[in-house]
Amino acid sequence: MKNIEIEFPGVKALKGVDITVTTGSIHALIGANGAGKSTLMKILVGAYNHYQGTILIDGVPVDIRDPRSAKDHGIEIVYQEVDTALVPYLSVAENIMLDILVNKMGRSQFVNWDQIHKRAKEVLDRINIRLDTHKLAQDLTLAQKQMILIARALVEEQKFLVLDEPTAPLSQTETDELFRIVKDLAYNHNVGVIFISHRLPEIFELCQLVTILRDGKVVSGYQVSETNQTTVINDMLGHRFEDTFPKTITEIKDTIFEARNITTKDNEVLNASLYVRAGEIVGVAGLVGAGKTELSKALFGALALASGEVRLREKLVEIKDPGSAVRLGFALVPEERRKEGVLVEEPVYSNLSAAHLGSFSNFLGLLNWKKERDHAEQTIRSLSIKTPSVYQKVAFLSGGNQQKVAVGKWLSTNADIFIFDEPTKGVDVGAKHEIFELIGQLAKNGKAVIYASCELPEILGISDRTYVMYDHTIVKELVTSETNEAEILFYSAGGK
Amino acid sequence: MSINTKNKQTLNAIGSFLTKWGTVVTIFALIIFFTLMTYNKDFDMYPFIQPSNIVHVFRSISIVTVIAIAITISLTVDGLDLSVGSMATFADSIVISAFVWYEFGLWAAILITLFGAVLIGLANAFLIVKMRIPDLLATLSMLFIAEGIALTYTGGGSISEGMPRLDGTPTVGVRPPFFNEIGLVPMIIVIMIVVVFLTHIFLNYTKHGRYMYVVGGNREAARLSGIPVDKYRTLAYVLSALIAGIGGIMLASKVGSSQVNAGAGYLMPAVAAAYIGFSFGGNGKPNALGTLVGAILMGILDNGLVMMSVPYYSVNIFKGSVLAIALASNYLRKK
Repeated sequence: MKNIEIEFPGVKALKGVDITVTTGSIHALIGANGAGKSTLMKILVGAYNHYQGTILIDGVPVDIRDPRSAKDHGIEIVYQEVDTALVPYLSVAENIMLDILVNKMGRSQFVNWDQIHKRAKEVLDRINIRLDTHKLAQDLTLAQKQMILIARALVEEQKFLVLDEPTAPLSQTETDELFRIVKDLAYNHNVGVIFISHRLPEIFELCQLVTILRDGKVVSGYQVSETNQTTVINDMLGHRFEDTFPKTITEIKDTIFEARNITTKDNEVLNASLYVRAGEIVGVAGLVGAGKTELSKALFGALALASGEVRLREKLVEIKDPGSAVRLGFALVPEERRKEGVLVEEPVYSNLSAAHLGSFSNFLGLLNWKKERDHAEQTIRSLSIKTPSVYQKVAFLSGGNQQKVAVGKWLSTNADIFIFDEPTKGVDVGAKHEIFELIGQLAKNGKAVIYASCELPEILGISDRTYVMYDHTIVKELVTSETNEAEILFYSAGGK
Repeated sequence: MSINTKNKQTLNAIGSFLTKWGTVVTIFALIIFFTLMTYNKDFDMYPFIQPSNIVHVFRSISIVTVIAIAITISLTVDGLDLSVGSMATFADSIVISAFVWYEFGLWAAILITLFGAVLIGLANAFLIVKMRIPDLLATLSMLFIAEGIALTYTGGGSISEGMPRLDGTPTVGVRPPFFNEIGLVPMIIVIMIVVVFLTHIFLNYTKHGRYMYVVGGNREAARLSGIPVDKYRTLAYVLSALIAGIGGIMLASKVGSSQVNAGAGYLMPAVAAAYIGFSFGGNGKPNALGTLVGAILMGILDNGLVMMSVPYYSVNIFKGSVLAIALASNYLRKK
């Protein structure tokens, strides 16, 4: 791929990227969030058609503008979200042969089931997977679903296979199995594999070449055997434009909240321990998929715990649902703002009162509309939420103002533990600053704050202490003033 | 400001006025239309706007409206209770049998009936909240179950005064005089208005009503705000069944006996009324006053078309079309 450029409204996502991948090898593509890895790969597989630059295969320029032409050139991708690519109520065989069933039926109107199952079986045999082809996709484990997608990509002879963070949901043994298949494909079937991952140890175990992207450009490329984790991390970070964050210095008091060895029932959080003190901002760093969101939800009672204990002011408490968390003084500003944080179809005033309507109603449950609106007006003023009126639907506010609403609804509850999950996602710089100031203010008022984010500069700027998450658990506790981005990234990528 | 932008603004204003008050405008348009179309030359009168006819329209929509309110409440939590028609049948047969077979007093019979309704509401909530069956399918099952229970209980037949019981025992029970009043003007209209009014207060002026809207608008966000989502969903289905039960009692009083599947025919008009009501006043969500307006619109269509001598079997074509137009305006706006 030569001199690839692409622009989206407002951002130039790729600025002249050159990359060469050879068949029969495994090539890692790595970069921080937003570096342009996924965009580059989507261009290669024909998901975007408005890019500039040339794609050459065997030295011949090819025109790839849609998924069909990418497939015709033998390029396949296995996306990260396996469930979006599978049809749950169809069998393994049908899912593997889906492309054939859709595109290669020609004039035949009838499905030859024996043939379908036979060919699906052959593909599975080729990558050495034992799986009944009559089983339904919805009954498979996550790892098996991923295998199915790889198998689908292999039904026809491929030249290149892109794997987008394939190991994120997999356990160690499943990962080993995947690596075996990938190696087999590259070395015995002469496929060029492009492997996108955040996890450095995996890249060093599996790949021969690594290309590092940063801010839409290729910064470096190495033979994996000739480099090391520290070099790669430094290249990923580079010299980044550092935002300045208004860190409020506060007096840190006693521990308010402590979680010991908590594990969720769905195993999205494993054996994590942390504590927060009054007036303290604790960062939770980690890459996408490390389990930060799940940890936030688990602390808030929104994900059921399988084991572990939670202490509030040294007293053992049970948080069985978000309702009891709110009563105990927790507040959560979730990551999926529009889906979970605010009620987009409701006006500003009812969003701001949704978490504590009780204080606006009398013993009969009758609402005091005036009180509710006055409270909304007051919150709008104190957080400088930009809205024409309290009656405006939240859907029509900007991202930053929506986030302020999501925070604002907790301010007049008696919450003293605030959990923020990626609060600056999709928020402009100005609003970002205001949100940081607001969080600083909370700490100053003696609240305990947990701040989960994959934006390391934010964590470094705002927090007092930082926990680093990797692979669903907290792997490291760092004092923020004594650490730096490289160290946090080192632990987030599984370094030891 | 150019004339063009001024025109555009006026158009926009008219557009937003129509999306808010389109149903009401339609009702007035229909009233004028039917009034003129049914003008009687020989007597020089407009029978459509005679007070007696207006009362007749309200009387004819009262049961539909109450059942539609039941549906409205289930809609607030983003559900749709399909079992309300059967629920009305069920209430109808219980209340009549309580009088005729068991010689219960007025209030005892009504309380027992409403108690039965609450049980069915709880069963709905159990299927939906605990068993996680989608609301439409769970209440569809309950539609059959409630209907089946009513039929089994009455032995597959009707119950009326003086009719012997299933085993041939003669019955002496009678409906109390006050019970008969329920199905007559003005009581039947008063009950409808009280149900609409109380539901309106409950949904808009209490925290419980607000919570139900929040749960219906975004269940996950509601949960993460600490609202006990399951509790409010349960409450919605119980209230829905309870109000449908009231509809059944009104039906029993109006007919004076319990008939096979008496309530079944009310389900679809009630669903239609509740959905037509969405857009009322720019609400864009289920609301009690809108539901009443939706029911009035359907009632006027029914009444006016019949007065214009459109055969009764063709009236549904118009009612269906009105529903389609109302839904289109609601969903197009949402785009």
